[in-house]
Amino acid sequence: MTAESMTGRETGTTLVKRGLAEMLKGGVIMDVVTPEQAKIAEDSGAAAVMALERVPADIRRDGGVARMSDPEMITGIQEAVTIPVMAKARIGHFVEAQILEALDVDYIDESEVLTPADEAHHIDKWAFTVPFVCGATNLGEALRRIAEGACMIRSKGEAGTGNIVEAVRHLRSIIGDVRKITQADSAELFDWAKRLQAPLPLVREVAETGWLPVPLFCAGGISTPADAGLVMQLGAEAVFVGSGIFKSSDPAPRAKAIVEAATNHRDPHILAKVSRGLGEPMPGLEIDGLDTRLADRGW
Amino acid sequence: MKVGVLALQGAFELHERVLHRLGAAPVQVRTPQALAEVDRLVIPGGESTAISKLLDANGLADPLDERLAGGLPVLGTCAGMILLATEVVDGYPGQRCFGAVDMAVRRNGYGRQADSFGAPVEVAIDGWESAFPGVFIRAPVVESTGAEVEVMAELDGVPVLCRQGSAVASSFHPELADDDRIHRWFLEQE
Repeated sequence: MTAESMTGRETGTTLVKRGLAEMLKGGVIMDVVTPEQAKIAEDSGAAAVMALERVPADIRRDGGVARMSDPEMITGIQEAVTIPVMAKARIGHFVEAQILEALDVDYIDESEVLTPADEAHHIDKWAFTVPFVCGATNLGEALRRIAEGACMIRSKGEAGTGNIVEAVRHLRSIIGDVRKITQADSAELFDWAKRLQAPLPLVREVAETGWLPVPLFCAGGISTPADAGLVMQLGAEAVFVGSGIFKSSDPAPRAKAIVEAATNHRDPHILAKVSRGLGEPMPGLEIDGLDTRLADRGW
Repeated sequence: MKVGVLALQGAFELHERVLHRLGAAPVQVRTPQALAEVDRLVIPGGESTAISKLLDANGLADPLDERLAGGLPVLGTCAGMILLATEVVDGYPGQRCFGAVDMAVRRNGYGRQADSFGAPVEVAIDGWESAFPGVFIRAPVVESTGAEVEVMAELDGVPVLCRQGSAVASSFHPELADDDRIHRWFLEQE
């Protein structure tokens, strides 16, 4: 972007939308269901909060259809904190996204944690001024979401389980393929595009830059400072913590510890210090025992 | 000359990338030891509340205060501008600000993300022939500046690039622009 290409004030440009994701790097985005929890998150050093009615662990337990949250609770959380507030829309539910944009949320998560509204299409995210984050389990899925206008990708993991294994699988898959593509020759890139079911120009961009065109964050299963350190060392640029904080026995110290772990993820002495005496983490679930795999949602 | 980038949270890697391109070999600053070794510092954009708390957690708040009082050349962008101000209007309780530039700023003064914008910024530096591409992300608004402050750029009458002594603060993000003139200028300052 150069000044010549700017004509007066422009909102909603790709640079402005991806720019906020850049500002969240190295930080922790926390799921909160009340203004009080949002305050705890902010006091603990969260870079942003995700406002929703139920954390993924409760959505999983309750079953039924999970939808966008009540605007009243989203507004209540916006009024309680000064950090960015994100909210979730169902996959393909562009009217929920329009409502969230009207509420002036800072980021929309088109999320597999809610029940999908469309079995074939995601939201056309270019049509919005507010930026979107989308989940991905592999590089092809990430590049398809970016082609649709996503300005941030988060590896999905398996939300609401407190089990980090799926997050690690997805991160390794995405970043591993990025590394392979940087080694591919120009003819092989056509095959990569075909195999990934992703647009060739984006595959070429990955080959040239060695990274996704947007920041890559990690979600789904992070419940300890060590988990945050693990995914950051694997290459995630920031972390989302859903149920992991407010389903633990003592949320505030755990939230602060995960924030410090994200920043100091390469320093085992600091990780050891912040991991002490945090009480019980959220109860975890084995992936093989799940009735519903949220990460399978998304096309 | 050793250039440091405060690497607690935010867009520190983008600043490093620009500085690398200019041949500056920047180091990440997360500890008092690393801070003690740098001759110049960039404080990036990010969330100022998060950076503020991490400064305390990592034992950097007092050492940074001392270095800034001692005239450490510093460039603060967005959240970095807030940390360099003397007053944060409607600030978060316990928000750190180090007073290196005598100004009052309002966090997110331009609004939420939907109001984030790009705009050309005319900068008063000798030899600059074109505007700088300003990218403002939930940016702070400078509400007032002291007599010692040199306003180097304004947008619609509001200061967006301010300097006092060796401290420079911008409410926009030069590290997001495809233009390295501000970083280059910062590295050239005595």
